[in-house]
Amino acid sequence: MSLGPVPYDKTSSQALLADMLRIRRLEEAAAEWYGAGKIRGYLHLYIGEEAVAAGAMPCFHEGDDVVATYREHGHALMRGVPMNAIMAEMFGKALGCSRGRGGSMHLFDAGRRFFGGNAIVGGGLPLAVGLALAAQLQHEARVVACFFGEGAVAEGAFHESMNLAALWKLPVLFCCENNLYAMGTALARSESQTDLCVKAESYQVPALRADGMDVVSVRETTQQALARMRAGGGPAFVEYRTYRFRAHSMFDPELYRDRKEVEAWKERGPIHTFSARLKAEGKLTEEEFLALDARAMAEVAAAVAFADAAPFEPVSELGRDVVAQEEP
Amino acid sequence: MKISYREALREALRDALASDPRVFLMGEDVGRYGGSYAVSKGLLEAFGPERVRDTPLSELGFVGAGVGAALGGMRPIVEVMTVNFSLLAMDQIVNGAAALRHMSGGQLHVPLVIRMATGAGRQLAAQHSHSFEGWYAHVPGLRVLAPATIADARGMLEPALACPDPVILFEHVRLYNLEGELGDDPSAWRCDIRSAAMRRAGDAVTIIAYGGGLLRALEAADQLAGEGIEAEVIDLRVLRPLDTPTLLGSVRKTHRAVVVDEGWKSGSLSAEIVARLMEGAFYDLDAPVGRVCSEEVPMPYALPLEEAALPQPGKIVAAVRTLLGKT
Ligand SMILES: Cc1ncc(C[n+]2csc(CCOP(=O)(O)OP(=O)(O)O)c2C)c(N)n1
Repeated sequence: MSLGPVPYDKTSSQALLADMLRIRRLEEAAAEWYGAGKIRGYLHLYIGEEAVAAGAMPCFHEGDDVVATYREHGHALMRGVPMNAIMAEMFGKALGCSRGRGGSMHLFDAGRRFFGGNAIVGGGLPLAVGLALAAQLQHEARVVACFFGEGAVAEGAFHESMNLAALWKLPVLFCCENNLYAMGTALARSESQTDLCVKAESYQVPALRADGMDVVSVRETTQQALARMRAGGGPAFVEYRTYRFRAHSMFDPELYRDRKEVEAWKERGPIHTFSARLKAEGKLTEEEFLALDARAMAEVAAAVAFADAAPFEPVSELGRDVVAQEEP
Repeated sequence: MKISYREALREALRDALASDPRVFLMGEDVGRYGGSYAVSKGLLEAFGPERVRDTPLSELGFVGAGVGAALGGMRPIVEVMTVNFSLLAMDQIVNGAAALRHMSGGQLHVPLVIRMATGAGRQLAAQHSHSFEGWYAHVPGLRVLAPATIADARGMLEPALACPDPVILFEHVRLYNLEGELGDDPSAWRCDIRSAAMRRAGDAVTIIAYGGGLLRALEAADQLAGEGIEAEVIDLRVLRPLDTPTLLGSVRKTHRAVVVDEGWKSGSLSAEIVARLMEGAFYDLDAPVGRVCSEEVPMPYALPLEEAALPQPGKIVAAVRTLLGKT
């Protein structure tokens, strides 16, 4: 895929780059602090896939809804969830965005209409359909962003959700992050039809494909899909072709893919390719790059310090937030 | 020979695949990935992709296919990564596998084994940590097993495959790395899938546990022994049908019981056990039966909260002391 000129001015281009750097540095720190035992449970890194969240998330409005998966740190960050709250959640602390109840896989921020990290593959899709149904019934213009991996396409929930959204003309943007592997299972080993857009279209859901390694392609394609939806066009589907550079989770020995394949995808890494284009177009100097990166690292360092210093929820609070405080 | 719980499960699978051509294993990432808990690692290489079959993320679909394959004359072993994800397949298990024999007036039967991980203790939060085995134990038509020892991990699969009805085998996630000695001869692990087992003899109280709770019960019993309280520890092994006579026999001897269950209390397996003790041994009891279960919250991620939510040896010890009036 040849990457064309970047159609944005210097400021917006650098903002996209800055966001990708913030996600990358956040993820690297998460891996480091996992190694140090401060983060536990499952940790699914987004390294390599940053262009998708950085390019797509800003296309959604404040009033829109977002549903994500367990690989959602980048989406939460792009949604505006403070990095401190994200890191504190991964550390299991009371100041985390889910009060330490959720961890890496279950970041929530109701105020920002971020409806979570769902760790049941495909589990978010019906939720997104319901959120969109609510918007439709309330005659509200918001749309729902629903992120999921290509593995979810095999679940019944995908098919039922696509059908319902199309049948009822609901404003869901199904954002399929196709990183080619569901844990160790390559797409071609799990799907008879590997063209995911064809599946969407079979439900009369218009489908677009984006180069998920290119933040420009992600952004433009997402905008295009949204423009139709905001005009009252019902659901749409976008396949972002991307790749995860790291293991599926911290427990994955990566027996199922060739190092060479990983290296080849790294050549197409979203951050260095975009930086190189901006430099070639005179929209970025090395100093500016270093300054953006330094800012991202400083933000991450501060978040780690915040998370580390934050208290755990006292055990006496274990039972809170199971049901409403007030009896019905 | 030193062997881990995980390896014991794997060797049992290897034996089953080697000895019966009708047996095959299928599930998400059981092949190339080596199993999400590495139980099936190496089996793809040994038996090939027909018999160690990776499935797409389609729990409802492939569990249902397991039911169908069993009806069609095969002996499928279906792995569902965890009991949490089995809820996507519950319809096939409960409305299908469990009911078919009865619904068909005895014409059909479903010799299917479903394996799944269960339980908490790895900070995986509320969608990866629950113990729903009690729900399956509710359902007539199913046999539900919970190997808690290396020998049972090695031994239960064979009788499960020989069973003409659907069997669900629950592997507790905290046990996979457990290591222990196991003899080379099948007599070291050959077992039935009918009875509970006494894992420690005692006369002061009966602690009833299963799966991941057994080790905690034994730890508690050791601690109690230090205080001069000899607890008898019963491992349920089989959650359905419950081996009620063994439970009653022990309680008639000790006159006191504590049930340990990682499920929640409300509407649970532990509640069922307590009810059976009431029905069968009420006049033998010197104290109300105690229970140590998970706190009634969805499992939290943070370590201190997760530990507080789970049955711990300390809580078991405290429950026993309460029964004995030693607070
Ligand atoms: C219903 C269900 N089944 C299985 C799993 C275990 N699991 C977690 S992530 C995953 C792979 C999903 O792959 P994909 O949807 O492509 O997303 P990716 O992880 O690549 O981002 C699996 C099998 C799960 N969490 N939920």
